Amino acid sequence: MTDMPSQDRMQAKKPPSRWVRMWDSDLAWSFRHSPVALVSLIVVLILVGAAVLAPVIAPTDPFNPASLNLMNGFSKPLEPNAFTGEVFILGADDQGRDIYSTILFGLRISLFVGVSAVLLAMLIGVTFGLIAGYVGGFVDSVIMRIADVQLTFPSILVAMLIFGLAKGVTPIAYRDEVAIWVLILAIGLSDWVQFARVVRSATMVERGKEYVQAAQLIGRSGGAIMLRHILPNVLSPVLVIATISLALAIIAEATLSFLGVGAPPTQPSLGTLIRIGQGFLFSGEWWILFFPAVTLLALALSVNLLGDWLRDVLNPRLR
Amino acid sequence: MTLLSVENLGVAYPTRRGNVQAVTGANLMVEPGQIHGLVGESGAGKSTLGAAIMGLIDAPGGITDGRIHLRDQSIGGLDKAAMQALRGAKISMIFQDPLTALNPLLTVGDQIVETIRQHLDLREDEARGKAIALLDRVGIGDADERIDQYPHQFSGGMRQRVVIALALCSEPDVIIADEPTTALDVSIQAQILDLVRELAREQQVGVILITHDMGVIAEITDVVTVMYRGQVVETGPTAKVLGNPDHDYTRALISAVPPPNRKMHRFELISYGGGLPKVNIDELSGGWTAPLSDGPLIVAQSLTKLFVQKRSLIPSRRRYFTAVDDVSFDIRAGEVFGLVGESGSGKSTIARMIAALYSLDGGSVHFDGEAVDRGSSATMLNSYRRQIQMIFQDPFSSLNPRMRVDAIIAEPLRHLSDLSGDEVTRRVDALLEGVGLGSAAGRRFPHEFSGGQRQRISVARALATRPRFLICDEPTSALDVSVQAQILNILKDLQEQLNLTMLFISHDLPVVRQMCDRVGVLRNGKLVELADTETLFEAPQHAYTKELLRLMPRFRTG
Amino acid sequence: MIGFILRRVVQSFLVLMVVGLVAFAMFRFVGDPVDNMLGQERTQADIERLREQLGLDQNFVVQYWRFLSNALQGDFGISYRQGRPVAEILIERAPATLELAAVSGFLAIAMGIALGVFTAIRRNGLGASTIMAASLIGVSLPTFLIGILLIYLFSVELGWLPSFGRGETVRLGGWTTGFLTQSGLLALILPSITLGLYQMTLIMRLVRSEMMEVLRQDYIRFARARGLPDRVVNFRHALKNTLVPVITVTGLQLGSIIAFAIITETVFQWPGVGLLFINAIAFVDIPVMAAYLMLISVMFVAINLIVDLLYLAIDPRLRTQ
Repeated sequence: MTDMPSQDRMQAKKPPSRWVRMWDSDLAWSFRHSPVALVSLIVVLILVGAAVLAPVIAPTDPFNPASLNLMNGFSKPLEPNAFTGEVFILGADDQGRDIYSTILFGLRISLFVGVSAVLLAMLIGVTFGLIAGYVGGFVDSVIMRIADVQLTFPSILVAMLIFGLAKGVTPIAYRDEVAIWVLILAIGLSDWVQFARVVRSATMVERGKEYVQAAQLIGRSGGAIMLRHILPNVLSPVLVIATISLALAIIAEATLSFLGVGAPPTQPSLGTLIRIGQGFLFSGEWWILFFPAVTLLALALSVNLLGDWLRDVLNPRLR
Repeated sequence: MTLLSVENLGVAYPTRRGNVQAVTGANLMVEPGQIHGLVGESGAGKSTLGAAIMGLIDAPGGITDGRIHLRDQSIGGLDKAAMQALRGAKISMIFQDPLTALNPLLTVGDQIVETIRQHLDLREDEARGKAIALLDRVGIGDADERIDQYPHQFSGGMRQRVVIALALCSEPDVIIADEPTTALDVSIQAQILDLVRELAREQQVGVILITHDMGVIAEITDVVTVMYRGQVVETGPTAKVLGNPDHDYTRALISAVPPPNRKMHRFELISYGGGLPKVNIDELSGGWTAPLSDGPLIVAQSLTKLFVQKRSLIPSRRRYFTAVDDVSFDIRAGEVFGLVGESGSGKSTIARMIAALYSLDGGSVHFDGEAVDRGSSATMLNSYRRQIQMIFQDPFSSLNPRMRVDAIIAEPLRHLSDLSGDEVTRRVDALLEGVGLGSAAGRRFPHEFSGGQRQRISVARALATRPRFLICDEPTSALDVSVQAQILNILKDLQEQLNLTMLFISHDLPVVRQMCDRVGVLRNGKLVELADTETLFEAPQHAYTKELLRLMPRFRTG
Repeated sequence: MIGFILRRVVQSFLVLMVVGLVAFAMFRFVGDPVDNMLGQERTQADIERLREQLGLDQNFVVQYWRFLSNALQGDFGISYRQGRPVAEILIERAPATLELAAVSGFLAIAMGIALGVFTAIRRNGLGASTIMAASLIGVSLPTFLIGILLIYLFSVELGWLPSFGRGETVRLGGWTTGFLTQSGLLALILPSITLGLYQMTLIMRLVRSEMMEVLRQDYIRFARARGLPDRVVNFRHALKNTLVPVITVTGLQLGSIIAFAIITETVFQWPGVGLLFINAIAFVDIPVMAAYLMLISVMFVAINLIVDLLYLAIDPRLRTQ
């Protein structure tokens, strides 16, 4: 770091705008040069777009019993139905529901649950991680002990337990209605530990840096230091964890729904669709299972690929 | 006959913005038994040159041209297997940080024995005998017992001796030592340097000693090569190069080294490669000076700080470590008071106690007659905080990387003063102009600045609230020597023209001599001596002070 | 060192007490146990009698204590759904899950470490890149889909392996094993691959990133600078240091094998405790859920204790403190 005297006065050069700086940043550069990251992002964007626009682009409303015709049951993909002559791009299930439409709506549920659960986990984890790392001492011990104990129990199991308990305390009539929210709560609560651990260790590194002491020196409160100074500096590992967690949460939701302890049949997610399709696999109606499964895999894989790329670029030490 | 020769060597690292040429056209010759110094500031390419000789350039970098000869054999273009046979056998290396250079999970003996057996045709028990002899040779007592210990059971200096023993395992011809004493305290540094010199003479090994420290160069090397931005600018016998340098850069570098034997008014700044940004104190201060009062501004009495070493719920089972032990001193208004000591002596802890960052476990701090500590009222503390400020050691960690420079400098003003938004902006602009960066620098982020520029930003932040008292905690120890000279000059100007009172903390005795009026010497948390600077350097009283002064690397100019 | 182990044992005990409390609270407060256990045809006298029998008229602490001491004696109450003692059902079903978990755990750890080390050392090679790409598909494929896929391929299309159940089992004392019959072994193949694959990818990716981190350390550079051959540097110096963090996570992974067994058992209709648990959730059979929770936490705590002991064996810094 030799001082370059010629650069010492920077008045002559106008600092580049925010957009130019972003475009020029290492992150953006590495993104432009990574075909895998680009393709993954495009796939994710298409799937998110399809989920958001599902009510608009879906050919039928699969949950409106009036629009269903049992005669359409087991229509093969792209072949006109023998009785009604209707054509379904991806086929129809036993009830005559259009698979393409159910996938669009299932994707909507899967993404909504996944994203909400990750946001919940992030909120809890980042808050506790910041507090544990900054305050330290007894508070840190208590928070991290709780985290350790929870970590001992695999998150899918914790989610099942929370789901089971919530089901137990909810009156039967409301179970389907609250199922989605219970699912979000269960997955969110089972996944905060990752965020807390990473944020805590990053916070402990930042806390030791002198800019934090400079803020303490002028009497900034602990809360202001955590939010204004430390939080912006620990966000990049949070971003990586959030991406990887999103893939995990989507898979967890699908798994719970597949096991029948997740999304209710009235609001089927991709996992529920696979659960339904599994029954028809052995009798030859492969499309009922195949298309939801491929959609789920494409979603999880592209989110994972993005997370993997982010981790390589930001390269924090992650466990 | 020349032992090792490097001719016209180039090393480059490809990056997305094109090739970065780390070393260009470097020449170097090493004779048996000679200690060859390789000196330069950060980014000079000296470590890269060392790694290139070892064949340890990290991918994707590589040697682009030039030749390396060991005796008659060319080693520059050797394939991987041949290089590996040579590496460690004929050329070995000493790393900078002994804490990370040893595998923590293997005993010291395991690591030495496996290296010996790799290079010499010895049986297990013979190799072990040789390992014990080696440890004994590098000055580790009870070698036959300590050989079975793990690295964490050795102190920092002892570990560096183990590292040296490892480098000697194969009876090499050349040893490359990359900043071998930078991570060590001055007393241990002297011992390690003595050991290196003895070994070079005794075993006729050629040593390439890479360092940024002119004191180390003057102390131990026979020949020195000076590098600047990837190029060799000068080479020759140490006495000649240091006493009568040919190249302008060498002259600039030497003039920036603080002399231990006299106090200068200011460093004579010889600019190399461009003009030096001037500091404009009137602009910086807006005509303000700190009010002078008679008597001490800071009175520290019986300061004591305990750190918890072992936590326990039961109070009687807790173990404490006394970081600061009954330290008393006062700082007169307008003086620069120095605290010196080795790592762990408690000097930074004292600074943080005075700055009310740490609570006091005993004693008191009075500022301008009033007692201050973390328990004082908020009004009281805020008024105190307006009047004291701090400049930190590491300019890379003392500025929040996610905040713009203007926000960093404005933060103390927004939090502690009642200036309006416009007044804050004007004050920030004036401060940036004043420290020579220009007000446009405020719209940038810290990573866009070099170390010296960042330390100027720190100075601007520290002066924003127009304090009376400035704490400087090792303000230049992370900087290159030429930048250090600039920053020290700025601090001196500020102190004199604004009547600032300063607490100056450093481990570097020559720097302390340049900066301070009075100095306290700390050891293991205790104040062992306190005297006027000149008295302390010319006639030290305490045995520890005498020892420190004796071991200080002597680099005399003029 | 003995203090360290003792502290861990005490901690484990505390964890078990807390889990016991959760399990008990589930049993006590989620729904009304009396309601659940008696059918529609009940009299007030029946209710009173059952209340007294269950000790529901006592205060909370006494009830909790009773619950714990009963649990210690192997009495977890009676399943709402099957009307049999929970302990009996669990003992009957445990061997199936344990055998499945043991096989897939061994598979996951052995393959995971081997592949992780391989991909870390040959980080830019073709083989390593292929394995890494495959592993990403591996972590993106939910366990149940792997199971369905394998069943479709090897049972439905090829007809080589059974698609459900344990095959024939042999009774050895109180244990039923599938290891001793051909059909039992064949039945084990698909479920154990399904269960082990996901864990293997996780372990492999972890080993790889830890090892690459270790390979960047100064002591590795120094070992190379001393002329030690790659084999020694990689396997003697780097691998051991890699294992220190890997052991913790692997311990946790073993825990998740037991949890993920729930999914595998559902897909393959494997008659283990996981299938029992998932049915218990669906029917809110609280005593079974509580007992499963207690049982599984004893296992997890035991695994963690073993992990701590392994730590002591590997890292001398812990031994001499």
